[in-house]
Amino acid sequence: MLAATAPNVPITDLVVFWVFAPIAVGAAVAMVLARNAIYCALLLIVNFFCLAVFFLVLGSPFLFAVQIIVYAGAIMVLFLFVIMLLGVDRRESMIERLKGQRPLAVLLGAALVAEVVLAVRLGVGISTKAAPGFDQVVNRGGNVRALARVLFNAYFFPFEVTSVLLIVAAVAAMVMAGRRSRPWGVGRSADAPTLRSAAPPESDREPVL
Amino acid sequence: MTTPISYFLILSGILFTIGTIGVLVRRNALVIFMSVELQLNAVNLSLVAFSRMHGTLDGQVLAFFSMVVAAAEVVVGLAIIVALFHRRRSANVDDADLLKW
Repeated sequence: MLAATAPNVPITDLVVFWVFAPIAVGAAVAMVLARNAIYCALLLIVNFFCLAVFFLVLGSPFLFAVQIIVYAGAIMVLFLFVIMLLGVDRRESMIERLKGQRPLAVLLGAALVAEVVLAVRLGVGISTKAAPGFDQVVNRGGNVRALARVLFNAYFFPFEVTSVLLIVAAVAAMVMAGRRSRPWGVGRSADAPTLRSAAPPESDREPVL
Repeated sequence: MTTPISYFLILSGILFTIGTIGVLVRRNALVIFMSVELQLNAVNLSLVAFSRMHGTLDGQVLAFFSMVVAAAEVVVGLAIIVALFHRRRSANVDDADLLKW
């Protein structure tokens, strides 16, 4: 399997962590600070790749592949598509509707990090290491096969429910993105005819993106 | 496995916090949405780390489900943002504050 790193080199995963953790945090911080939405999306892809590497280190090659295919591939392409659709050259307004929201957010974020570190220290322990033999015992026969054994036995019903969820999401996206020429929302049909008669047809007002 | 599990958990907490700050300080709806994705991924990392710590696969299954939910959420959320943009000519969340059509 992919996760079968050489057991004779026990320091490998520590090196991998200290190489990829700063990249992940740096990409995330740069994403929040970047002005351009395209840069945000690209930095987020870097962050997703780093997290995929961590999944590999933690003995989950299936989630490694899914992370890259689904997140860095499909979802981020969808994001980039929408960014291009809405126009990339827009300036973000720097007006603060709530006074002092940004400094307060950073302050509360620092408090949240301190809280997480404290909770991990009390609950897990800073130096607690995982039990060895994860790949031999839990991932026996390969991670994908072991995961399928759990997913299709204990989690079979939730798995079927997620398929319903995906169908509902696809239908919802089609309803949202559908043409606005006919009234479809609650409360629109009442005043729609008067608006329609006064204004030019919807197809003329619809600007070309 | 020589890396302590707590390293991954703390990294997950840091990434989650960066995502939270991004949601709070940014005004572009798309960037806010990306920050939410960052938060979801941070939680996925902690789920997989706990799965490794306890020696079971339940955490990985939960992370898998959270990816499915994230995919559905992205589809619906981006459709909402596109519909909002068509109506308001703006992807700024402060422009959509009237709570009416």
